[in-house]
Amino acid sequence: MTSTVPPGAALPEHPDFLWRTPEPKKTYDVVIVGGGGHGLATAHYLAQKHGITNVAVLERGWLAGGNMARNTTLIRSNYLWDESAAIYEHSLKLWEGLEDDLGYPILFSQRGVLNLAHTEQDVRDSVRRVEANRLNGIDAEWLGPDEVAKICPIVNVSDDIRYPVQGATYQPRAGIAKHDYVAWGFARRADAAGIDIIQNCQVTDFVVDGDRVTGVRTTRGDIGCGTVALCAAGHTSVLLDRLGVRTPLQSHPLQALVSELLEPVHPTIVMSNAVHVYVSQAHKGELVMGAGVDGYNGYGRRGAFGVIERQMAAAVELFPVFARAHLLRSWAGIVDVTPDASPIVGHTPYENVLVNAGWGTGGFKATPGIGWAFADTVAHGRPHPLVAPFALERFVTGALVDEHGAAGVAH
Amino acid sequence: MQLITCPWCGPREENEFRYGGQAGLEYPADPAALDDEQWARFVFFRDNPEGAFAERWCHDAGCRRWLRAVRDTRTYVFAETRPYGSFPRRSARPERSA
Ligand SMILES: Cc1cc2nc3c(=O)[nH]c(=O)nc-3n(C[C@H](O)[C@H](O)[C@H](O)COP(=O)(O)OP(=O)(O)OC[C@H]3O[C@@H](n4cnc5c(N)ncnc54)[C@H](O)[C@@H]3O)c2cc1C
Ligand SMILES: [Zn+2]
Repeated sequence: MTSTVPPGAALPEHPDFLWRTPEPKKTYDVVIVGGGGHGLATAHYLAQKHGITNVAVLERGWLAGGNMARNTTLIRSNYLWDESAAIYEHSLKLWEGLEDDLGYPILFSQRGVLNLAHTEQDVRDSVRRVEANRLNGIDAEWLGPDEVAKICPIVNVSDDIRYPVQGATYQPRAGIAKHDYVAWGFARRADAAGIDIIQNCQVTDFVVDGDRVTGVRTTRGDIGCGTVALCAAGHTSVLLDRLGVRTPLQSHPLQALVSELLEPVHPTIVMSNAVHVYVSQAHKGELVMGAGVDGYNGYGRRGAFGVIERQMAAAVELFPVFARAHLLRSWAGIVDVTPDASPIVGHTPYENVLVNAGWGTGGFKATPGIGWAFADTVAHGRPHPLVAPFALERFVTGALVDEHGAAGVAH
Repeated sequence: MQLITCPWCGPREENEFRYGGQAGLEYPADPAALDDEQWARFVFFRDNPEGAFAERWCHDAGCRRWLRAVRDTRTYVFAETRPYGSFPRRSARPERSA
């Protein structure tokens, strides 16, 4: 019987009703710009943890139509530095209880992540990261090639390929989730708490009074606000330009692709910075792959085919069995990249404008964690300790949180 | 894959080129005079417009020379490419493109 059920057919059904479609009010205590995962999670925790519900989430397109429902859904917390480990691990702990908290299926599957090492330098960096992770209480192991093959038998661990696998770090608690369900789960809870989710409402400018912003100008008229919380991902600098606030953000297209639906062949997540690809298998059966950003700044939500070609070549080298799979579709999102591959969260020169941006290629995993910490920051008007290291000022003080090693291709 | 017109080699495939980011940045004339804030601006802060952007590209897999382009970051269409340096040098602050 089960063999006749097509892959994906067992996904849970949605309720008939998810959220209201309200008209914008004249003014709100908090206006959140951006209805992606971070904006919606911030809204949920503002209501749940701080009792703040006179809140609007303004989304220029449709809910989760940005990076939230374009990403490859890898969730892990094995970052090198204490500051990053703290926020990503906090987030992972929230993921572990999120389905219950939201009362909504999110298909969180803790299937583990292997980060492959292919060179001596890779091996040293990886072992160092494993030790750093353990000191931070994060599950991490160093595995040799044979142990890699036990966890993921389809990885080619022979030594006659161009960049043989020398071993891997392994985080068993890492996983994937269903991104659109996550967004809808947060939206549904925020809506039920009385928060207005307003789609097709683009913020085009701000109403400024001295060093405060008293309202936002939108395609649906002006809306007054107490606090503005920017969660606009790749478009954050476009908005801050309107206020004359400069950030070190650069927006790039980031592509991903899926194969046709296949029987389960890939039990975990495999990432390789050196040959530049990462792969997991979605619940429905598609192989989901991605790599690095396209090299140039862009807002076009598409990238060059050469980038796809390179990651497919890397994937086929690592997983010879993929050679016969067909590409089903590819797409791109616009990600906001910072010089140290860490986010920018906290205050701006405008006292009531708070920013949450710069998560670049890796902010999906942070969704509950940053929603929780950003809501706390908004509610109290000061950076929560988890986000304090990620203030914009770090580019002046030089206290960068350089995660190029742990972020890199690995989202 | 789109073609980029190298001023020396003519139209060539995009993946022969390397991106060099915002054009028109000048090394500070008097580096010792800069404070931390000004260094941060010079090292880390770049324009990131949605629309026309003046940029540097290098024809890495061809003549290996730098060119200056104006490209629309929404459509990726190049309005122009020309040799880098064949335009008036600017000092002080990086130029802003709309
Ligand atoms: C292809 C791809 C793969 C990725 N893979 C991973 C991964 O495996 N793991 C991981 O952790 N992360 C991954 N990421 C990164 C992750 O998707 C982002 O860091 C994260 O989604 C950003 O937060 P968000 O969900 O709020 O962004 P978004 O969903 O992009 O939300 C921003 C919203 O703001 C809206 N907006 C913008 N301007 C305005 C305006 N002026 N007015 C109103 N609304 C506006 C946008 O329409 C958008 O809906 C990936 C990203 C991409 C593109
Ligand atoms: Zn050339």
